[in-house]
Amino acid sequence: MTSTVPPTTGATTSPPAPARAIPKLAAALAGGALFGFGLALSTMIRPDVVLSFLRFKDMGLLFVLGAGAGVTLIGYRLAPRLMSRPLLGGTFGVHEAHMDRSTVIGAAIFGIGWGLCGVCPGPSIAGLGAGSFELGFAIAGMAVGALVHGVTTRPGG
Amino acid sequence: MLPLPFGWTHYLVGGVFIGVGVALLFVLTGLVGGMSTVYSTTWSFVVRRPFFQQPKLTGSRDWRLAYAAGLVLGALAWWLLFGDGARVAVTIPAWRLVVGGILVGYGARLSRGCTSGHGICGLGSLQLPSLVAVLTFMATAILTANVAARLLGS
Repeated sequence: MTSTVPPTTGATTSPPAPARAIPKLAAALAGGALFGFGLALSTMIRPDVVLSFLRFKDMGLLFVLGAGAGVTLIGYRLAPRLMSRPLLGGTFGVHEAHMDRSTVIGAAIFGIGWGLCGVCPGPSIAGLGAGSFELGFAIAGMAVGALVHGVTTRPGG
Repeated sequence: MLPLPFGWTHYLVGGVFIGVGVALLFVLTGLVGGMSTVYSTTWSFVVRRPFFQQPKLTGSRDWRLAYAAGLVLGALAWWLLFGDGARVAVTIPAWRLVVGGILVGYGARLSRGCTSGHGICGLGSLQLPSLVAVLTFMATAILTANVAARLLGS
């Protein structure tokens, strides 16, 4: 490890050590695996199921979203109360959301695309694990969309 | 009554798994894990433009790729345990996946969140902007899917 450690003068407010690289990557892999298992079990990796929700033929997606957000809410609320820092080190992050034009216009564009193809970023990747290789088309599209966004956006935007 | 031709239990249990995955990442590392950002952070490996070289992107690109790899492994585990032996085939035409994908990728990054970033993490943080984003993309997605079904027949 060659990272520079800032000198601690007061010693009363020294920042907690960041999570080490390998355990952090393993944690991301494990969290992602549970996420992907849930997407597959709930059939959200199938675009036809998502489109049938959007056409009011199968409202199951509401249960997925409700349970996912509900469990996340419990974790996000409880963890910082019960622990001074994450188990592997670092600090508890906060989801960044801003009420501005970009949030709303971006969401509107996202929805048009989602309604056309039935695929959103998580399932586009997870579906590969169930052999849905056609999702490569959606992944390529999303990569292009993210590239265009980055090229046309200033840093900080 | 809600239309639920395939029942609701696998939807609820799947949603719980998704929430546990997001919460586990948070408890272990403090990281907030939406999925669309990985599409920007991965470009940062090869695109030198200032936007992609921001620390918030370069600093999270490694764990976001591991998170994405976990998604594939998790779905693979489901397929091995509960799949019927055949792969899950996608019947949506390729052009719809590509065009829809471009709009999804651009829109999610402009909005700074997608179904997981705003829907799971944002609602899980009781963030009002995320609720507005979710209601907005649900509205345009419902509109688009129904218009597409009329015009394209599926």
